[in-house]
Amino acid sequence: MAVRVKLPTQLRGAAGGAAEAQADGANVGEVLEALYVQHGELRERIAGDDGEPRRFVNVYLGGEDIRFLDGLATPVADGDEVTILPAVAGG
Amino acid sequence: MGFASRSLPPHHPGGEDSGQMPAEALKCKECSTSYPLEARYVCERCFGPLEVAYRPPGSSPEELRRRIQAGPGTLWRYADFLPLERVPRASLPTGMSPLVRADRLAARLGIGELWIKNETANPTHSFKDRVVSVALARAVELGFGTVACASTGNLAGAVAAHAAYAGLPAYVFVPADLEPEKILSAGAYGAQIVSVRGNYDAVNRLCTEVSGEREGWAFVNVNLRPYYAEGSKTLAYETAEQLGWELPDRVVAPIASGSLFTKLARGFGEFIDAGLVSGEPPTMNGAQAEGCSPVAQAFAQGTDVCRPVRPDTIAKSLAIGNPADGPYATELARRTNGAVDAVSDDEIRAGIRLLAETTGIFTETAGGVTTAVLAKLAERGAIDPGERVVAYITGDGLKTLDAVRGTFDVAEIEPRYEAFEHALGAHV
Repeated sequence: MAVRVKLPTQLRGAAGGAAEAQADGANVGEVLEALYVQHGELRERIAGDDGEPRRFVNVYLGGEDIRFLDGLATPVADGDEVTILPAVAGG
Repeated sequence: MGFASRSLPPHHPGGEDSGQMPAEALKCKECSTSYPLEARYVCERCFGPLEVAYRPPGSSPEELRRRIQAGPGTLWRYADFLPLERVPRASLPTGMSPLVRADRLAARLGIGELWIKNETANPTHSFKDRVVSVALARAVELGFGTVACASTGNLAGAVAAHAAYAGLPAYVFVPADLEPEKILSAGAYGAQIVSVRGNYDAVNRLCTEVSGEREGWAFVNVNLRPYYAEGSKTLAYETAEQLGWELPDRVVAPIASGSLFTKLARGFGEFIDAGLVSGEPPTMNGAQAEGCSPVAQAFAQGTDVCRPVRPDTIAKSLAIGNPADGPYATELARRTNGAVDAVSDDEIRAGIRLLAETTGIFTETAGGVTTAVLAKLAERGAIDPGERVVAYITGDGLKTLDAVRGTFDVAEIEPRYEAFEHALGAHV
């Protein structure tokens, strides 16, 4: 499945300045793995030691927080959009 | 210079002679990486939140106290502890809200000494005037020409009003289902209201994206967030000063993102470190609504991991389902032997009435949450009768009128004495 991954400004330096990338995978976790193959520096920026997104990294599939779905195991479809954003406290 | 403003003498933080900014850097709360004092809010190494780091105060406690007491009757009197090059020459007068002794409520709840910090007294009737004052002043120093925010309601009004005073265009993003009072009162100041079809967490996500693309915009609670959050510390400073330079034993405050809660503790801690007050930091009790209680749930489960929830509560100003400061709030509550509790919507309505009937202060739903949690703590014997307790009432009941609709009877009568006697004569 080909998925569009949107990167926040804070991560674009680690992706050659790109605001987004195309990555393949059957689920969100595979898509992120494919992203890390393209841009190795993104792995340590996004993922913690356990491979899950770091505590202050939010990952959305089509606007929905993947923690409300099946996390990294959430299946993706062709043309889906994954957005990575820093957690902001809000309020 | 109208009646709504207060002209201030030039006040240079860090000493009239030095003109030096008390802050020295932005620092990641997770990995301690330092950054210059720019419009940035997230660590580029680990994505952790950035916080303002200060130089140690160069003045003695006596000198600091003299400078505070000689300062204006607003939050700018604490300029030595704020991240600004200099305080604005003029701004909407914010802070120094009343600290009200609440003997009748204390007696009702069996508490020895209870004080209400009444934040409805601010220009737009909530504590958000404090955070916006600091963020907007810093935005101007950094050269921004447009301000914006993601809001659960109170922030919208504060950004709109302070931007109007400063003459800056403002864009406020709010959930489409917000209370009409909050949308109307923000729109009246001339801000562009952007009503987003989604909950606050969706609004916040959108604003995080927009702030990354609109470099000329100061989102007070996104890219200006480290400065914005510092404004909440002034609530703690004022409390200590108004108590005669003493500390409360216990604090009860609402938790949405967890920012106010953690900054209150930081404010008390900084005053202790500066030698302005002595004693132990207060016990910190956080208050959430059951319909949006990710922090209370994490506290109850003994973890710092706040799993996001979908909010469903009348306390819309606290309806943040994905609170990024939640881990720090749970840790703080545990470290100070406090707690984070949650109350139902019915308890929130009862809390609003209890506060209004015993103190004359009419609060919005967030204050109902705080009062209801205060009552809950008292009921379960968590508060020692000898304690001095301060509860933070952060917003005005006129913004959430639906919460009290139908909670009391109105006697409607014909304009005749007999009708009055018939309706109420037996009771009065």
